[in-house]
Amino acid sequence: MRTGAALDVVELAAGIVLAGAVVALWRKDLRALISVLSLQGAALATVAAVLAVHDGDAGLGVVAGVVLLAKGLVIPGLLARVVRADPGSRETAPLVNVPASLVTAAVLVVVSYLVAGHLTALFPDPLTRLAPLGLATVLVGFFVLVTRRKAVSQIVGLLLVDNGVALVAFLLTAGVPLLVELGASLDVLLVVIVLQVLATSMRARFGHIDLDQLRELHD
Amino acid sequence: MLTVLLATGPGLLTRIGASVLQVVAVGVGGPLLLGLMGKIRARAEGRVGPPITQGLLDLRKLVRKEAIRAEHTSAVAALAPLVLVASAAVAAAVTPLVTSRPVIAGGADVFVVVYLLLMGSVALALGGLDAGTAFGGMGSSRAMTIGAISEPALLVAVLALAVQAHTSNLTGIVAASLSHPEWLASPERLLALAALVVVVIAETGRIPVDNPSTHLELTMIHEAMILEYAGPDLALVTLGEAMRLGLLLGLVANLFFPWGVDVSGGGFAMLVGLVALGAKTAAIAVLVALVEVSTAKLRLFRVPELLAGGFVLAVVAVTTGLVTR
Repeated sequence: MRTGAALDVVELAAGIVLAGAVVALWRKDLRALISVLSLQGAALATVAAVLAVHDGDAGLGVVAGVVLLAKGLVIPGLLARVVRADPGSRETAPLVNVPASLVTAAVLVVVSYLVAGHLTALFPDPLTRLAPLGLATVLVGFFVLVTRRKAVSQIVGLLLVDNGVALVAFLLTAGVPLLVELGASLDVLLVVIVLQVLATSMRARFGHIDLDQLRELHD
Repeated sequence: MLTVLLATGPGLLTRIGASVLQVVAVGVGGPLLLGLMGKIRARAEGRVGPPITQGLLDLRKLVRKEAIRAEHTSAVAALAPLVLVASAAVAAAVTPLVTSRPVIAGGADVFVVVYLLLMGSVALALGGLDAGTAFGGMGSSRAMTIGAISEPALLVAVLALAVQAHTSNLTGIVAASLSHPEWLASPERLLALAALVVVVIAETGRIPVDNPSTHLELTMIHEAMILEYAGPDLALVTLGEAMRLGLLLGLVANLFFPWGVDVSGGGFAMLVGLVALGAKTAAIAVLVALVEVSTAKLRLFRVPELLAGGFVLAVVAVTTGLVTR
């Protein structure tokens, strides 16, 4: 049974991941979203590292390094390059306004607590009890994904979902196998690189990166 | 209430004394904190600024002036400042500020304190409406719009601490967090602190939400409400607002950083508690003033966004608390 300081650190990191998702919904400045992602990546890596040290699992330690590198540094760095090319870019008109989406986020958090409560009751353990935080991050990430218009905010939504899934995986299974985690991280990295290419060519052709304006075909 | 008083036993006189001390500390400390914030802002902007005691000097000046009320006002306008000060004083008497054992400690429930504060804001809003002028109504309407989101957020943020401490009694929460120092860095506390900071800024009308130093009609909230007040009435309103500021800062200080609060009830411990309270609230006030200098005021229609964010952080804090305990 994991207790004491290690558990406190994991609790704190899990709380930071969920709070990051809420802040991502709150702020309109795309640069703020990217620093939130970077913080979330570091928090996830902390969870993995603490579990690795505690269980003496070298593979999980490598996973922690990969997570820190990919989610904490490389992906936010790539997104920051996309945003820097378009200074002053903000999520100006999301489909749902900010106060309403924040209230929705509150509802999603409560729902995930109620739903995941049944799940974690099957195997009560201080770590699995934190799983609702990961589930709530996934739900808030989905909400960002469907209500935001800018390409960068949508990819941030996708990454929030991914971070939430990773958090649940770390908490429930005490670490995914190294290969799976490597595959998932590289997959997301690839998505971000594709987005960067897409955003660059979109801006070159249309002068903006607003995906909603791409619904109609033009000659 | 009598049974509560009688049940406290031998230390009753000390505890009544402690409560009186808390009310005086908030009454004198509130204006001093306002003065301190003004001084820090002025220094950061490269001005000398008024002395820290300016708030108290203003109060003395206003009290000496002729009592005059706007035409056609009813008893509401006369009662509102009294209700504001009285509710803040009662809240200051029961909240654990200097000592963790004030008189009627059983009454220091989260809900009681928050609703005492709410009573003051509603009284002031009614007072603003009473004269029937355009500005008063506008200010009251804006203050109630903000209050409708910030009061629930305040309640839910403190509720996160109540979940952790298994009691909604403020003295119980302070005592529990004194005996569990490892709680101070727990995720629900950090989230609740973030939420509470947003709420305190909104409730006390500081910059991103309201600018206390201007009378610009497009933006002012609090100043619009009290435009019709003058003389001793204005002194009461100013005192009441300063007391609310002191009370909220003291609450944040003691709930999240409970060091130094007197638990034994002795005279020396109470002195330590008083000094600790002053130091902690002054530190928070300096931070708030520095934030004020470095941020621009939000557009009025974006204030609900800020407060909704605070509310959601509070909800997340409660959920985290339920998950981890």
